[in-house]
Amino acid sequence: MITCLNDAMFPETGQAVVRLLKRLGVDVEFPVAQTCCAQPMVNTGYLDEAVPIVANFVDAFAGYDAIVTPSGSCAGSARNQHALVARRSGDPALAAAVAATAPKVHELSEFLVDVLGVEDVGAYFPHKVTYHPTCHSLRMLGVGDRPLRLLQNVRGLHLIDLPGAEECCGFGGTFAVKNPDTSVAMGGDKARNVRNTGAEVLVAGDNSCLMHIGGVLSRQRAGVRVMHLAEILASTEDVQ
Amino acid sequence: MSATFVGMPPFPEAARAALGDTQLRQNLAHATRTIRDKRAAVVAEVDDWEELRLAGAQIKDRTLGRLDHYLLQLEESLQSRGVSVHWAGDAEQACAIVAKIAKDHGVDEVVKVKSMTTQEIGLNEALEAVGIAAWETDLAELIVQLGDDLPSHILVPAIHRNRAEIRQIFLRSMAAVGRPAPGDLTDEPAALAAAARAHLREKFLRAKVAVSGANFAVADSGTLVIVESEGNGRMCLTLPEVLVSVVGIEKLVPTWSDLDVFLRLLPRSSTGERMNPYTSTWSGVTPGDGPQEMHVVLLDNGRTNVLANDVGRQALRCIRCSACLNVCPVYERVGGHAYGSVYPGPIGAIITPMLRGVGKDAATDALPYASSLCGACVDVCPVRIDIPEILVQLRAEVVDAHRGQVPKGKDLAMKGAAWAFAKSGRLALAERAAGLSGLLTGVVGRRRLPGGRPAIGRLPWPASLWTDARDLPSPPRQSFRVWWKATDGGRVPQTPPTRENPQTSPTRKTQS
Repeated sequence: MITCLNDAMFPETGQAVVRLLKRLGVDVEFPVAQTCCAQPMVNTGYLDEAVPIVANFVDAFAGYDAIVTPSGSCAGSARNQHALVARRSGDPALAAAVAATAPKVHELSEFLVDVLGVEDVGAYFPHKVTYHPTCHSLRMLGVGDRPLRLLQNVRGLHLIDLPGAEECCGFGGTFAVKNPDTSVAMGGDKARNVRNTGAEVLVAGDNSCLMHIGGVLSRQRAGVRVMHLAEILASTEDVQ
Repeated sequence: MSATFVGMPPFPEAARAALGDTQLRQNLAHATRTIRDKRAAVVAEVDDWEELRLAGAQIKDRTLGRLDHYLLQLEESLQSRGVSVHWAGDAEQACAIVAKIAKDHGVDEVVKVKSMTTQEIGLNEALEAVGIAAWETDLAELIVQLGDDLPSHILVPAIHRNRAEIRQIFLRSMAAVGRPAPGDLTDEPAALAAAARAHLREKFLRAKVAVSGANFAVADSGTLVIVESEGNGRMCLTLPEVLVSVVGIEKLVPTWSDLDVFLRLLPRSSTGERMNPYTSTWSGVTPGDGPQEMHVVLLDNGRTNVLANDVGRQALRCIRCSACLNVCPVYERVGGHAYGSVYPGPIGAIITPMLRGVGKDAATDALPYASSLCGACVDVCPVRIDIPEILVQLRAEVVDAHRGQVPKGKDLAMKGAAWAFAKSGRLALAERAAGLSGLLTGVVGRRRLPGGRPAIGRLPWPASLWTDARDLPSPPRQSFRVWWKATDGGRVPQTPPTRENPQTSPTRKTQS
């Protein structure tokens, strides 16, 4: 599951996931019927509108051993919210399909550490990096320190602790535009913490949050770039 | 208190104003961080904290599941101990009951223990309307009342004020309603507390009638419980002749041993203390000791609506500790007033819409959206209320309440996106259009994100909601799905895209 945001806005993240998983010997498919996990609709209250999207999701991903996604938020949506949408539809077949699909969904770091059993993916990234644990990967999925363990094994990478790391960046899906002032106030504080680390790269497991924090950092001319975890893990001495 | 939440603007607008108040931002950031850290330290001391939380949630759920039984048991226990029990369906009835009791005793003033429930029903304003002054005796509530202000926190109602502001309020307002503040009052905490103590003492000694809420009501023994820090509650509960307690029907616990769990959960979660300084319990009238006439007003005021909500029911477990406020990144930045509700913060964003009902006014309907759904509140809630789950449920109720009306721009945007997401071909088309717009902005715009990717700067409304304060990457010319088809999932080499400019690789051949 590449996610709609990565498909449309951050294809380099999806390409990095493919490169990384292939390097680790995984047979990777991209079912082209996939679109979105329906989280924007569910979290904004449009449950009826979410039903056909979830139906499309379970059709597109039926029959795979594992569904891997470079997003804690979308993984959380598929695992924890699709049942809610299925209940809303009143369709027992959709509920059964969701029950079969949801447990197979893994956020990237979960898949690498828990399913593949690797913490050193053979990556090389000689830069100063700080890591923001996104709320849904941290609290909805409970990925814990898996991303940090993966980063600590990247050669050349200098990992710097982010102060107030576990505080929300203020993205929050449609919150970012329904409450833009509060969202930006939160993003501003997050950006300040990022700048104070002196890191050149901010890494996270969700491009949605990075688009928000990165947008604030860019407007501030902070000189800090944002990158998805997958892109750092996919980097090697040969391919960066 | 003549200030009121009624008629305040919806959250996004109120938040904008609050975010610009630099003093407020400083006061809130300092205060919430202090309480948050204290809480984390004392919670970490308790080995079985998670078991305590589970026990708290289970006791409340069990009680709420048989609320009719326990309410009748409480009524019987109270009556057998000489307490008059009144039932109030809504705020108006509850206020009328309290006003009548006060009138019957011919008083023109009552002293009050800090109580969220009496704020919820607007008791002070209702009493004022019939010529009875209600004096708040909790220090922070006194600050709010003297400042003609509104509370902005459940536990620390004057959290938005610092001590310099409090000194000003005392000097300006105490004299009009009782003993004035000393002319040489400083902003030292001890001096401010001494001024409040002297001001309040004459009210304690004079008052014939006291009004309280209750933190807990024990059904089998007919015991009410107040947990507090200052001793003002103890004064109100023991000195006056008449005591009226307004109690929400969700405050019940079945037995004393159930109470034990909550008396361990509450202080650590709320003030970050191992034990609160004053815990007052009373079980009816004791001849010759304390108030000789006691009334309990059992209040519904929308609580049975909450009970009927399958997802939202768990909100009735709330013991008003405020841990969710202190940890909430939204609350920390905008404060309590922006919620336009007696109950602010994450718990207010779910309780208030359920008590009031959604689909009636814009301010109430905005509350479930006043959260980034970060989930920090879930982790600290002592009774494990899944606040984000209820927020999402209430958002659906808000949307459903407006179905059938003329759709607004936001509805059309969401429906349009949902239409595109239902079939991958539609999404691919939308992505191609976005890619073309990206090409345009890439050609026209000179802005670059750090790392080199073309970016979009300021755009007109509604895109301005994002771009007023944040840059946005230009949509890439090549979506992931186009890349996948063009390269057979990376098997067929193409001009390798650079990380800085993944969208510049030439792969037009597969576009359909």
